[in-house]
Parts: sequence; C-alpha cells; structure tokens
Amino acid sequence: MSTLSGPGPAPQALGRGPARSGPPETSRTARQHAPITATGLAVKVVLLGLVAGIAIWAAFPLVAARLWVGLAILVATTAGLGYLYLTRRHIPAKYLVPGTIFLIAFQVFPVLYTASTAFTNFGDGHRGSKDDAIVAIETSSVKQVPGSAEYALAIATTGDPATGPLVFLLTDPATGRVSAGNADGLRPLDAADVTVAGSGRVTAAKGYTVLNVGQASVRSEEITALVVPTSGGAVRSNGLSRAYEGRAVRAYDRGCDCVTDGETGRTWTADAETGAFVAADGERLAQGWQVGVGFKNFARVLTDPDISGPFFGTLLWNFAFAVGSTGFTFGLGMAIALALHSPRMRGTNLYRVFLILPYAMPSFAMLLVWRDMFNTDFGLVNNLFGLGVDWFGEAWSARLAVLLVQLWLGYPYMFLVTTGALQAIPKELTEATSVDGASPWQSFRAVTLPLLLVALSPLLIASFAYNFNNINAIWLTTEGGPFAPDNPTNGATDLLITYTYRLAFGAQGAEFGLAAAVSIFIFAIVATVSAVSFRRTRQQEEVYS
Amino acid sequence: MRIRTAGVVTVLGLALAASGCGGDNSNDEPATKATSQAAGGKLVIWADDKRTAALKPFAEKFGQDNGVTVEVQAVSKDLQTNFVTASQQGSGPDVVVGAHDWIGNLVQNGAIDPVQLAAEQKSGFNETAIKAVTFNGQLYGVPYATENVALIRNTALAPEAPKTIEDLVATGKKLKADKKASEILCLQSGQNGDAYHIYPLYTSAGGYLFGTAANGDYDPKDLGVGKPESIEAFKKIGKLGEKGDGALKRSITGENSIATFTGKKCAFLVSGPWAIADAKKAGISYDISPVPGFAGGKQAQPFVGVQAFYVAAKGKNKALAQEFVTNYVTTPELAVALYQAEPRPPALTAAFDQVKGADPDLAKFSEAGKGGQVLPAIPAMAAIWDPFGKAEAAVIGGADPAKTVTAAGKTISGQIK
Repeated sequence: MSTLSGPGPAPQALGRGPARSGPPETSRTARQHAPITATGLAVKVVLLGLVAGIAIWAAFPLVAARLWVGLAILVATTAGLGYLYLTRRHIPAKYLVPGTIFLIAFQVFPVLYTASTAFTNFGDGHRGSKDDAIVAIETSSVKQVPGSAEYALAIATTGDPATGPLVFLLTDPATGRVSAGNADGLRPLDAADVTVAGSGRVTAAKGYTVLNVGQASVRSEEITALVVPTSGGAVRSNGLSRAYEGRAVRAYDRGCDCVTDGETGRTWTADAETGAFVAADGERLAQGWQVGVGFKNFARVLTDPDISGPFFGTLLWNFAFAVGSTGFTFGLGMAIALALHSPRMRGTNLYRVFLILPYAMPSFAMLLVWRDMFNTDFGLVNNLFGLGVDWFGEAWSARLAVLLVQLWLGYPYMFLVTTGALQAIPKELTEATSVDGASPWQSFRAVTLPLLLVALSPLLIASFAYNFNNINAIWLTTEGGPFAPDNPTNGATDLLITYTYRLAFGAQGAEFGLAAAVSIFIFAIVATVSAVSFRRTRQQEEVYS
Repeated sequence: MRIRTAGVVTVLGLALAASGCGGDNSNDEPATKATSQAAGGKLVIWADDKRTAALKPFAEKFGQDNGVTVEVQAVSKDLQTNFVTASQQGSGPDVVVGAHDWIGNLVQNGAIDPVQLAAEQKSGFNETAIKAVTFNGQLYGVPYATENVALIRNTALAPEAPKTIEDLVATGKKLKADKKASEILCLQSGQNGDAYHIYPLYTSAGGYLFGTAANGDYDPKDLGVGKPESIEAFKKIGKLGEKGDGALKRSITGENSIATFTGKKCAFLVSGPWAIADAKKAGISYDISPVPGFAGGKQAQPFVGVQAFYVAAKGKNKALAQEFVTNYVTTPELAVALYQAEPRPPALTAAFDQVKGADPDLAKFSEAGKGGQVLPAIPAMAAIWDPFGKAEAAVIGGADPAKTVTAAGKTISGQIK
C-alpha cells in the first residue's frame, strides 16, 4: 500500500542551482587544506560510531546462522564506509554514497524483490518450502489412537538436568502403573521405586532426576522431538504434564513423492507446477509450498476474463481520476495563489494560514470523515444542503464525490508550490506585457502560466503518478463502489490498484505473486506516462529558457 | 525480537546493496531463527491489546509458579497476517490468541499445530465452542469465549420483544410515524454490505452458505450462494430494503449503527456484546433477545464466533506452549479474568456459570446464540465476505435479487480453489 503522506511529494527546490564559481582545481586544494573543526570531527565520530554499532549489532545473528557471505558483505560495506569518510580523498563519493545506499535499499531492492515474487505462486497456502509443507501435513494429522490411555507425564533424566538423556515417566491413570519411555520404547518401573503424587504424576523415581517445569521448558525442543514407540503408534508429550498415544495418519513417502492417508488409503501426489499435493480426483491438500510459475501470473492478468474484462474501463477512470485530482487541485490552488499574489490583496498571511489547514490535517482521518459526510441519511453534505443524493450509491455521484474530496485534500499543496513559483517570476516580465498593452488575461496566458509550468511540471507529473496509485483516496471512502449488482469485483470508482488489491487479497487467501505481477503492469503504465511527460517538459523548458 | 529482525533484514539489505550484490535475500530468514534458539524457558504469547492486558497478570503468575518467563506481546493490528508472516520467518510467538475463523488459513500456512485435550477437559466446554475449533477432524485451539449478535432493543420505545421481523417492522414504523424514532432498525450494512450482521435474516429466509460434509465440516464445494434458496432469501431481504419497508438501509454503517441506537433514533439494534458498553454509557434501558426471523420462516441463526488460544507450529517452546494452552487456559480463573477484560460469554461452562449471576446480559446473548451457526473456518469463507456483502447492499438498494445473487455466487465459486 502506498504511504499515507500528503497528496504530493515534498516541494522541490525551484529553479536551477547557481552557476559554479571558481575553477574546480582551486576549490579542491582549498578543501584539502581546510581546518578540521571540532564540530565536524564530533559529527564524524558519532556517525561512523553509529555505522560500526549497527554493523556489530547485525553481525551476531549472521554469525549465529553461519551466513558467512552475508557477514563478508557486512564487513566489506562497513570497512568501505569507514575508509571513505576517514580519508581526505574521494570527495564526490562522500556525497553520493549515502544516497546511493538508501536508493538501492529502499527503491531498487523492493522493485527487484517484487519482480522476483511475480514469477512465483507466493501466497497463503504457498508460503514455505516443500519440507515445511510435509512437516505441517504430518503433524496436523497426528491423532490420538482410539481407546488408548492418557498418561500423566513427568519428564526425567538419568543424568544432569540440563544435558542428560531425557526419559518420559508415564503413569497410566487407570491402573496406576508407571513406566519409563524413551526412543527405544516403554519399560515398566517397579512401583516400589517411584513416588507418585495425587495428580498421578511421578515426583521421584530411583535412578532418575525428575525435572521441574523451568528445567524442562529449557529443553522444550528435545521434549517435543521425543516420541516413545509403542505397538499402536507412539507416545508423545502433550505439554509437560500429560502424554498421549498418537499416530500420524498421513505420511510422506519419498519413493512415490506422495502423501498417503493411513486410514482411508487416499494418496496425494506432489505437483511441482502448482506447489501442492494433488489427489487423482483433483482434490488438493491445503498445505502447499512456494514454486516458480514462470509467466503464469502475467498470463493470468492478460487472459483471465475476470481481470482483463473490466481492465480498460478501470484504466480509463484511473486516468480520469489521476488527471482530475491533479488538474482540479492545480487549478484551484493556482487561482488562489494568483489572487493572494496580487499586491492589492490585504491580510494575505491570515488567508494563507486558513488555506493550508486541510494540508496540515492527516489525510487518513480526513478521508474517513469525508466518507461519513457523504452518508445519504446522516451525512453533513446532504443535511446541510437539504439533499437526498445517494452519493456513493450512483456511479457518477461517487466519482464526483471522490474528486471533491481529492480537491479539498490536495489544493493547499498546489497553492503552496504555485505561490513559491510565482515569487520566482520576475515582475519586469509582466510589467513589460502591460506596457505593450496586453490585458491581464493575455499576460497570464503568454507569460505567467508558461513560466509557472516550466517550474511546476515535474511536480504535476509526480502528483499524477502519486494519484494514479492513490489507494487510500478510494479504499477509505467508496472502497471502489458503487458496484453493479451483477459484478461485485469491479466498481465505478475502482482504480487499478484497488481493483487488484481486491483480486489478490479478497479471494481465498492472499496471492502475493499475482499482486506483484499486477503491480509490475501498473508500474509500466505510470513509468511510460511519466517518461513521456518529462520529455515534453524538457522540450518546453528549451523553448522558454 | 521482531524489531531486531526487521533491523537485521534492513541492515543486511543495506550491506548487500552497498556492495552491489542485490541477490539472495532468503539468507536473512534463518539468521533470526538461529539466534532466538538461545532463549530457553521462555513463552511468548501474542494477543490483541485488550486481551494482552487481561492475560498479563495471569501469565506472570504462570511464569512465577513454574520458573519460566512469560512474555505477552500486544499486536494491535492485523494479528493474523503478522502471525503467519512471523512464523514463516521463524520469529513468531509460541502461543497466539485469536478468532476461530482464522484456523483454516493458519492451517494451510502450517502456522498452528493441533492440540490434544483429554475427554474430561473437552466436556467442560460449551459444545458449539469445541465444534468451532475443530477443523478437518482435529482440535486446533482451546476456546475461551463465544460471541454472536442478538437484537438489542430500547425498552422505553419498544417494551415487547418482537416475535417476527414483521412485528419489528410494524413497531418500528409506528415509532417513526409518531416521530419517536427516525429509523426502523439499526442493522449495519454500509455501501458494501455486511454479511456478518445480515446472516440471521438470510438463514431465516432459507439461505445457506456452505453445505455440510460427511465429517461435519463445512463443504466448500457445496456453495449455497446463487442457489434458488439464496435468491428467495434475498427477495425477502430486498422487501425490507430501501425500496420496500425501509428497515434496511445502506446509510446505516458499522460506524453509525450503535451511535444511532444510543442516540435513541432507532429502537432496535442488531449487534453483539461489544455494543453493550455504549448502551450502558448512554443510560439507555435495554433488553436483549434473539434476532427474530421472518413470519413462517426458519429460525434466524446468527454466526457464532469463538475466541481461542493456539499453539504455534514453529514456536521455539512448543512443549511449554502446549502445557500453557491445554492445562492453564482450561481453568475457569483465566476465563473469568478474560471475561472481565471484555464481556463475552466464556466458553468454559464452569466460568460461564460463575459470571452469569452477576451479568444477566450474558445469559441473554448466549440464549440468542443457541441454534446459531458456527462461523465457517474453511479458507473458502474468505471468498464469501466481499461478494456476499455487496450483493446484500445492492439488493437493499433495490437491485434485482436473482441477477445479483447469481453474479455473487459466480464470483465466489470462481475464487474458491
């Protein structure tokens, strides 16, 4: 899901940087002889210390897991960073490396990860490896042997409580007989050698040390792993004070690569293409595993009529929504900025404070408030204007409503950036047009607007890209609705992102593979639109600069 | 631990990235698994905020009595998803507390293990609760509370409990005509419907979601949505809708239904035990009765949900987790403590009997849940909620029931694997 920040990226610095002053040679020598200030040194020590600290903190788990490659990379990176900032050379790298690291970690890496997920069936029921699935199938089929005893259990050892071999001391509640069990089997104990408490549990036995809960819980994994074979199955611990005779009904057979049910005789054969055990009649076991599926997810997006059918309608509205959100907010924001920019305007600061208020409120909460304001019977909008409009119940009113909400949320941002850009336009230019006899409208059209667009186009493109995937704006208001009665999967205000979110996570469990494939498609669309827009902007800049 | 995991993953990511080697992220996961193995004699429990507070004192006592450390961690959002993801990475808890309809998904992801309860332990529980946590013939959790919706009415406006929906609508219409209330019934729907709250009416009108398989579980292959019975049911629901009686409205949502009831704008509210605190705060004189069915129809069956404790399959301390879940959660003291944290009827009969004297509402909710249907825990249920709710909303808004329900049935069966 996208972030919950405001309706656009943070304003960028306008205009271009100042021309470089002085020959580069001089500046480099000057820097090399720059004195080391105390503050500079302190900042450097703290930051490098922090890097080293994080590296050490991250090293322990890597060592424990014997991930030597990871450790080597960690050491190399830390050493590299240390060298870079302790040497006086490589000045450009000093500036570039932190940004590059963050770019790779938070942009490139997630994109690659998403792309690799798109080629798998990763999702609910297909999360782990095949071995995980087999373990899960076998453990979840362990059943108590019918008619078998429920034992009172005491965990004991013949050696040291922390390390000695474990033994189950089992009391049969019906007969009171005590036996000792380990991986070799059960062995009855002489009643004279054991002390049994009222609960039936053995508290002391000759030749054994009985572990208390604290001691036993430290060796939890060994206790769970210990099964005492019996004729009907095996005695397994159930916690630390009870044991039962159980049998895994389903077992995996490596020979046929299948799972067999001992009770019904049914077999499920592993299918490496779907990552599941499938019976002859097509029935699948719920526990599957993750496999690569090639282009299947992409093919499904293109060929599944449920997905591709409403795709173009949704895409059209998606463009309309992104263009509308950006265009209307820009129009209103610019109009207000122009009005407040006029020298005849008084009390502009007060106006500005009020105008920025919507931007200062968390959009997450505001979207929910707006959703309730559009309620047919209880909403503020209908009550205030005496209307009975079913805002979110009709396609066009719902579209209008979400665009209105977007307008309210987004115009302060556009107002802010336009105000900034207006102040950067030299007054002489507009004055020159009025001297030439142009009307204010002509002057705006011919001078102010083009210059504004040169500065603001990148921000408008960014705003478009943001709104194209603005899942919150839809999900928190209409949830994509209203839906046609005969199609609950695609609503009138659905964006591609809300539509696919429903497809990938609304069905029987989450399908991350499919979701990743769709997000690659969306990425391609947004990237193409942005690239084309930036090209055109550059041409525009060449015209006006 | 989880923060550390995230940190390690990030740092390793950074390290990988910085050296220009973006590959093999999967190495991160065993890293955390191995470090955590060092922790011994420690039990980690994940629960939501409210239950964490109730569990803490009890868990501490369990720890002190047995010489182990018990950590109860609050996961306030998306507990189920977080639990599945964390156990896959090996950084999950030993015990998790949650609703029983998670079981299907938790099992298909291999995240929980079956629990073994002795026959005499099982018999101490409410039968429906045990049925709810049984999946594929195995017991997967130890229940501690049940919950279901009932009809809560404002006795100042409607002194008599309605016998049928028709009675309710008649009373509601009269109150509306007398300007004593502005709505007939507060049953939350919203623009996209609410399958959980409409379900009693759907069953009373003859609809069903899943048929029952031979072993008593719900059968995802026998889908009731889209069948003639469901179309008939939705026709009846449509008659109560905006174009009919106006008792069901899309403008009544999860956010405003309880507030509208406590604001005395409607005399009847369909909701669960969680609504009672608000009604008490608003000083409303109320009574609780089963959700009435249609005249001449079947019994209105609400969904019965169960809250349960689960043993994580990939926990580090499974033996201790089993000990805690099977031998300590089954004691009435904990059930009563959890009831006091949030008043839902305890699943343990002994605990229920202990608290019902002091809280008459409890018995009434439990009565309303009698004959209710266990909320299906099969993974296929996840495919029901959204299309079913939307069909409900469309029909309430006046859409053609046959067309709408058929489309919903088609969508649901398309999403069930």
